[in-house]
Amino acid sequence: MSYFSDIYKGIKTLLTGMSVTGKYFLTSRKGAITQQYPDNRDTLKMFERFRGEVVMPHDENNEHQCTGCQKCELACPNGSIEIIWDRGIDEATGKKKKFIDRHIYHLGLCTMCGLCIEACPTDAIVWAQNYENSTYDRTQLTKVLNRPGSKVKAGIED
Amino acid sequence: MNISLNITETIQEWLMSMMPEGVASIAAMVTVALIYLIIFAVAGLYLVLLERRVAAWFQLRIGPNRVGPLGLLQTMADALKLVSKELTGTIKADKFLYNLAPYFVIVSSLMALAVFPFTKEFQAFDINIGIFFLIAISSIGVIGILLGGWSSNNKFALIGAMRSGVQTISYELSVGLSLLTMIVITGSLQLSEIVEVQKQGWLILQGHVPAIIAFMVYMIAGTAETNRAPFDMVEAESELGAGFHTEYSGMKFAYFFLAEFINMFIIAAIATTVFFGAWLSPFGITESLPWLGVFWFLGKTLILVFLMMWFRWTFPRLRVDQLLTLEWKYLLPINLINILIMAIIVWLNLTIKF
Repeated sequence: MSYFSDIYKGIKTLLTGMSVTGKYFLTSRKGAITQQYPDNRDTLKMFERFRGEVVMPHDENNEHQCTGCQKCELACPNGSIEIIWDRGIDEATGKKKKFIDRHIYHLGLCTMCGLCIEACPTDAIVWAQNYENSTYDRTQLTKVLNRPGSKVKAGIED
Repeated sequence: MNISLNITETIQEWLMSMMPEGVASIAAMVTVALIYLIIFAVAGLYLVLLERRVAAWFQLRIGPNRVGPLGLLQTMADALKLVSKELTGTIKADKFLYNLAPYFVIVSSLMALAVFPFTKEFQAFDINIGIFFLIAISSIGVIGILLGGWSSNNKFALIGAMRSGVQTISYELSVGLSLLTMIVITGSLQLSEIVEVQKQGWLILQGHVPAIIAFMVYMIAGTAETNRAPFDMVEAESELGAGFHTEYSGMKFAYFFLAEFINMFIIAAIATTVFFGAWLSPFGITESLPWLGVFWFLGKTLILVFLMMWFRWTFPRLRVDQLLTLEWKYLLPINLINILIMAIIVWLNLTIKF
């Protein structure tokens, strides 16, 4: 008699499905996930995992965490990152030490794959959540991530 | 209020006062046809909008809300755009049939619209074989689909059209038989008399268990007959492009598109007339205001239309073999037994009457 139990099961599962979508229908006015973008530009905040562009955070002493190890440059599949580095004498220890002169990031080449951020051993570069990246001139897409006059935070290499 | 609700007669009398009889009756026909054409276009456009909003709400989106207040002019703008588009066609298409096909679809659904009792006497054509006429007319539309698919000279269009033929011919049986189940109670095919019988309680209450089964079968078969999801193998996007209307563009495409939505309205309106008492208000609360019948009729119809949209955005699409199994192994036998049960119930006077 699986014929009748099939009919019963069929109707039951269809009603289960309809109750699920029905609940969504009733709650959709509150839980709509659509962002009406240009209207809510002021209040729109991107979620934490959003990949806007790569930035290098600096603290209040204008210090970043980049040691110039170049792992990000090697990890980048399409050469979006260029690091210009130099060697100098560390004042505290008197030893020779590598430091970055400029950390150049080409946003126009970047595919937002995130391999550089995964490769970074000191978490010097992170994702920013900004999303309005278009410009009228492509030279503006080449960015220097470390601020002028900044230096590496002490003790980050240990 | 002395306004007669019988629009054909009102218009005819008004025209008779101005011109000779023969001209007047032709002018009256044209006027009524124009009124129904406008109802057709407006209803079609707003059903498309309703579908889009309902779909958006089911998917936690907002839906069109930019053109006009609350997006109410969105589909008007779409229609204007489609009118302005070029009518393309294939070189090897059968030109005559290719151009004829959309009119078959649209004329058949327009003809079906004429017999509905929107309210007491607001009915263009109260034919005495109403239900039979509706069943016959609603299956003519499939000829348009078959012609369109055949004459496009496109294999996807042809496969889509053939699937539509298989589907409509199979499910036509269930639609007809489930409506016949209700005819057993009313004893008449005329729509105005079916409504008259329902003054003692809507047929879904009068017929209780078999009526509810008939209603469920009717809704399933009706959804299949309009080629809507979950039965939309006719235009299964992942397999067939757009199905039978792949090669159509501009306004000819819009005819197919509008006809699909009007067919949905027609299926819901038949269900309203036969199962839910057409323009009768619940418990007769607005019996003294006959104009409110339009409100009740449209209200009930839109609830059923919403039910079909609910089906569409819930259920996954069936395969062709599953579709035919559902019809021939489940719906048809259930229907035949159901009609027998209904006959016995009517014979033993077990119907519920208020």
